[in-house]
Amino acid sequence: MQIDLRTVTIEPQRHAYDHLEQRFGAKPASRYQEASYDIQAVENLHYRPTWDPEQQLYDPDLSRVRMRDWYAIKDPRQFYYSSYTLTRARQQDTAEANFAFVESRGLSALMPGELTAQVLALLMPLRHAAWGANQNNTLICGYGFGTTFTQPCMFQAMDQLGIAQYLSRLGLLLGDPESLGAGKRAWMVDATWQPLRHYTEDTMALRDPVEVFVAQNLVLDGLLYPLVYEHLVDDVLSARGASCVAMLTQFMSEWGSETRKWIDAVTKTLAAESADNRAALCDWIDRWLPRAALAVLPIVAIVLGDQAQSAVEDQMTDFAGRLGKAGVTR
Amino acid sequence: MSQVFIVLQSNEETRAIVEAIEQDNPRAKVTRQPAMVRIDAPEHLVIRRTTVEEKTGGAFDLQSLHINLVTLGGHVSEDEDELSLSWNH
Amino acid sequence: MDMKVQKAKLGLKEKYRLMTRDLGWTPSYQPHEKLYPYAAYEGIVIHDWDKWEDPFRLTMDAYWKYQAEKDRKFYAIIDAHAQNNGHLNITDARYLSALKIFLQAISPGEYCAHKGFARAGREFPGVGTQVACQMQSIDELRHAQTQIHALSSYNRYYDGFHAFIQMRDRMWYNSVPRSFFDDAMTGGPFEFMVAIGFSFEYVLTNLLFVPFMSGAAYNGDMATVTFGFSAQSDEARHMTLGLECIKFILEQDPANLPIVQRWLDKWFWRGLRLLSLVGTMMDYMLPKRVMSWAEAWEIYAEDNGSALFKDLARYGIRPPKGWKDAAKARDHISHQFMLAFYQWSFGTAFHGWIPSEADLDWLSSKYPETFDRHYRPRWDYFKKLADAGTQFRNVGLAKLCQCCQMPCVFTEPDDPTLLCHRERVIDGHRYHFCSDHCREIVEHEPEKYVQAWMPMNQLFQGTSGGGGIENWMRWVNLVDGKDNGDFVGSRDQRNFAAWRGMATSNNGT
Repeated sequence: MQIDLRTVTIEPQRHAYDHLEQRFGAKPASRYQEASYDIQAVENLHYRPTWDPEQQLYDPDLSRVRMRDWYAIKDPRQFYYSSYTLTRARQQDTAEANFAFVESRGLSALMPGELTAQVLALLMPLRHAAWGANQNNTLICGYGFGTTFTQPCMFQAMDQLGIAQYLSRLGLLLGDPESLGAGKRAWMVDATWQPLRHYTEDTMALRDPVEVFVAQNLVLDGLLYPLVYEHLVDDVLSARGASCVAMLTQFMSEWGSETRKWIDAVTKTLAAESADNRAALCDWIDRWLPRAALAVLPIVAIVLGDQAQSAVEDQMTDFAGRLGKAGVTR
Repeated sequence: MSQVFIVLQSNEETRAIVEAIEQDNPRAKVTRQPAMVRIDAPEHLVIRRTTVEEKTGGAFDLQSLHINLVTLGGHVSEDEDELSLSWNH
Repeated sequence: MDMKVQKAKLGLKEKYRLMTRDLGWTPSYQPHEKLYPYAAYEGIVIHDWDKWEDPFRLTMDAYWKYQAEKDRKFYAIIDAHAQNNGHLNITDARYLSALKIFLQAISPGEYCAHKGFARAGREFPGVGTQVACQMQSIDELRHAQTQIHALSSYNRYYDGFHAFIQMRDRMWYNSVPRSFFDDAMTGGPFEFMVAIGFSFEYVLTNLLFVPFMSGAAYNGDMATVTFGFSAQSDEARHMTLGLECIKFILEQDPANLPIVQRWLDKWFWRGLRLLSLVGTMMDYMLPKRVMSWAEAWEIYAEDNGSALFKDLARYGIRPPKGWKDAAKARDHISHQFMLAFYQWSFGTAFHGWIPSEADLDWLSSKYPETFDRHYRPRWDYFKKLADAGTQFRNVGLAKLCQCCQMPCVFTEPDDPTLLCHRERVIDGHRYHFCSDHCREIVEHEPEKYVQAWMPMNQLFQGTSGGGGIENWMRWVNLVDGKDNGDFVGSRDQRNFAAWRGMATSNNGT
């Protein structure tokens, strides 16, 4: 028997799961709250890891940064799996349309050969940098503490894999598989790329999830994405006749500015917690920022030559502004 | 003889896929259960893109199978044109 | 350039290679072991990560596209379910017990799998394997979240769901799934993969999702059917990853065989113990049933499993050690477990009950060899006591198995009249086990299993809320008289009947 259940008005017994009522009061919880808060186990852990018996299975002490409550960290985008996936699927529709547009009109073939070569020289080795970022964010998700901190890092990791794959498609469209091969050789041996590869491998050796977050998401990508995608591709190379490339990297530009809001929010919360946290963040920035600036300089110089220095300096100024707003000061 | 199998949600999208499987795998046995369709076959089972396209009259991307897939048994081998399941013994 | 060369179309395999494993490189600024510190200590030897075969070649663009499609369908149904009082469509409020166990015991396990695959997705030194693990990691997060979302509207109306977070860490029976996943995650990346990716996903999850979800469909629970099928569509990918991984490990080096075999023996048995919870749900908690646990076991474990192990025989793998004992236990475990739950229902955040005559008849017909002989008489006895107003209560607490953490309620494989109980003294302490297999697991790594958090021991020591049942209930967030006890007379039973009455008569308000 099909009954019309909508006609019944029933008083709920409670508004939300206990842990959410405790955090947010007796009212219906959002899907983001239900999906994110307290869903990692915290107590009565059964065994020590055989891979490192010094650690606990979920161990907040893996980081020098301390939080009374790791769930103070929040993703301003309120991404949980579904809202994340739907957002990326919409962006993917646009990216697909952009690739189809460039391909069907043969726009990439209209670019002068030298310009194409420059674009490939700039972008192909970045496939590997994106893979490094994927590795680092996967580590933060795996070993970080608290879902509101860790789940966006898994999304970030998958995004970086997606970016590496968009770059691969771009290389195949503008060139051929050998273009990707040349990019990988450059990544491995060309002097231009060694500081960045060195930086990437050194960050992959870190095990403090928050330091990895700072070195990769805040510092390195904080310089690399605005410089490469927003400045070099969208402005400089477009003006030289490579506007179709900007269509193919639209995802990266948009993604860069979207994720910066999240990264800044996390940084701000970490810094606001305590002077010790601020000191840790400052130490890490002192350690990684100068190296990141040196690493991006030769890459920017592929396009800007002598003017690369001033472009990087401008970006450093912007970056200092971001840090200031996030309250990262000694 | 070992059976391979695939289970799909039963809905409009999988109707043509099930028909295509039946056509390409004469030894397959189709069982309809609540909300799902189970297809067993001895040793080997293949899903061909072109057969599904004949049934639907439109383009079919084999990877879209993931949307309605419930489970399967056997080794998977996949390229643009077909997805097959088999055991190696 | 007037001679525009038609580019050769890359095949799916080559294209996928460029999109994934070509992204990785051999490090030179850091030693390999520094970047992948946990890849070697388990003793598994891998010579060439490039031999890894990707069974499904999903790039992120396709992943986002298909997963978004699945999620749009899922949330449309969940929204409609919440808006239209979909919970009143279920056949009977007894069914809710199955959902309560699912949310308390299984959903946190999905989250563990998410976390564990994130770690594996970083620790394996092969890109193909890493990418597959990472995708599984975010899929598992999806499963935990869709389950919490789907059951959220049940929580607003019924008891037993509200404290699943606290109960995950504190409720005695939830230490069965918790210790299972903690065990897998505290193993190295290869053991984790064999435990969860292969033994659990490939050999056992079909049993969890497929029959249980068609059971949900039979019982009018669209929310659960939807998350079940939606999750299961990811499982097909995960199963394939698990199978590929085990083949890959075995093909790499003959030295890997004994290690993998031991893990298979261990994780098959641990998985079986965990799934006896599901067997109990299937046989007792679905008011309308699709198939018995024994039938599901036959189709999804015995038939599929034997094809699988015949296939793996060429690597020297034999079926797991506990395989035969599992078959012997098939017709017993759900009854033994439900009888135990009934006696301890004062301490569970779901309701127990004595099955009706019709239910007992169904069980008799599904378990002709065992039910009338061993279990029906016990239910009849419990019923007599209940009818006389002297309901059977077991206020003594069970010995828990040091390995699987189940109460020792199972019988000897060859004698269903004799409780199976094993002991072992380790460093002067006596430990209890439910079976030879569980004891063997512990004997192999005693230093690990002596660390286990044993809820009953803790309760005796007064560390769970300060001693005494009342303090314990407060500590686990169990609301006495609402979450626990017999279904008959429970608030869930009363409310469901009243609300259904409002919906089916003109007295609705």
